[in-house]
Amino acid sequence: MYPFRSSCMLRISCIVIIMLLGSCKENPDSGQRPSGTKVTGIKEPGEGQPFPVLDYKSLEALMRPEGSKVYIVNFWATWCAPCIKELPFFEQITREYAPDKVEVTLVSLDVPQMWDTRLVPFVEEQRIKSRVVILDDPKQNTWIPKVDRNWSGAIPATLIYTTDQRVFYEEPLTYELLKDQIEKFTSP
Amino acid sequence: MTTIHLLSGMLFLYFMTSSDQPAVQPALEGYQIGDFAADFKLENTDGRMISLSDFEDAKGYLVIFTCNTCPYAVAYEDRINALDKKYKSLGVPVIAINPNNPESNPAENDGAMRTRAEEKDFSFPYLRDKDQKVYPVYGAQRTPHVFLLQKKPEGNKVQYIGSIDDNYANPDQVEERYVENAVDAMLAGREIEVKTTRAIGCSIK
Repeated sequence: MYPFRSSCMLRISCIVIIMLLGSCKENPDSGQRPSGTKVTGIKEPGEGQPFPVLDYKSLEALMRPEGSKVYIVNFWATWCAPCIKELPFFEQITREYAPDKVEVTLVSLDVPQMWDTRLVPFVEEQRIKSRVVILDDPKQNTWIPKVDRNWSGAIPATLIYTTDQRVFYEEPLTYELLKDQIEKFTSP
Repeated sequence: MTTIHLLSGMLFLYFMTSSDQPAVQPALEGYQIGDFAADFKLENTDGRMISLSDFEDAKGYLVIFTCNTCPYAVAYEDRINALDKKYKSLGVPVIAINPNNPESNPAENDGAMRTRAEEKDFSFPYLRDKDQKVYPVYGAQRTPHVFLLQKKPEGNKVQYIGSIDDNYANPDQVEERYVENAVDAMLAGREIEVKTTRAIGCSIK
């Protein structure tokens, strides 16, 4: 009994700390961003580039699981070669599963200077069908452990979860592994 | 409604922070705070071989794994220069190591390192981790990745592992200077408050 209680207490304190951290986090605008891309927590597409620009708080809201859907959230960037290599596997999953069964979100960590020059052309050229969002939250030491407490910050990294199950990978994945994990999470 | 939202939020966070699930994690390797770090002998961009033990009067070292091409590493180049300028005279020089394999990316080869060091006027050694033997021993996972070592009679004790500060994008908006705070505390004989930090970086290839 004792180990369970202690782990439970730890979890609760963790939640409290996370809520406290989350509540006082601001995302000041960086002077280095391209003009017209001011970040105010969430920016809808249409102002210069097609992807929403989020801080972590907004991403967290976007990631909230519902129903029996399996969520796959991949952290990547155009400059990250192993990330680019595994992108087709996420795309394959997006094509194979109905949107109400599996939802793939590709979270780009490209720096603001690369949004227009690298990210947008890349997504267009590769005809990426999965949802792409930009995470622009410089307070990385605050949000990285919230994604997973063991994540060092190296990418690629992928979170796969439902309302009551989750796994986190700080490594490149394969199509087979993604498929297996979806089956595991959806089998009764 | 608010209560329900709060509860579902807490439930969500519970699962988001849970690691009871059998997540596949690479085994934790490399140094932890308090370990003693190994010395090395690596080639600098000027051809000289450099070891930590060459710096006889040093009180410690800022060993920084960095590279030519990673946007995060590039964003921090000026700040790494500034760290060396500030702390070398206080006995804590920067020793930069490029851990990437030049065969997988020519932009990381010796010539490109030399060009980068000259262009940016690096005031510190920029060493090639030949055969990629040093970074796994330290446990560097990304670039840039900082290891602050304190020179003690028993060896070089690891005192801080992590990122340089809390804002890669804009040096003017940095709120916490993790490395500077750690070095200042170490030199003053105070306890280092934040001993490890995480940051996005390029995986070492």
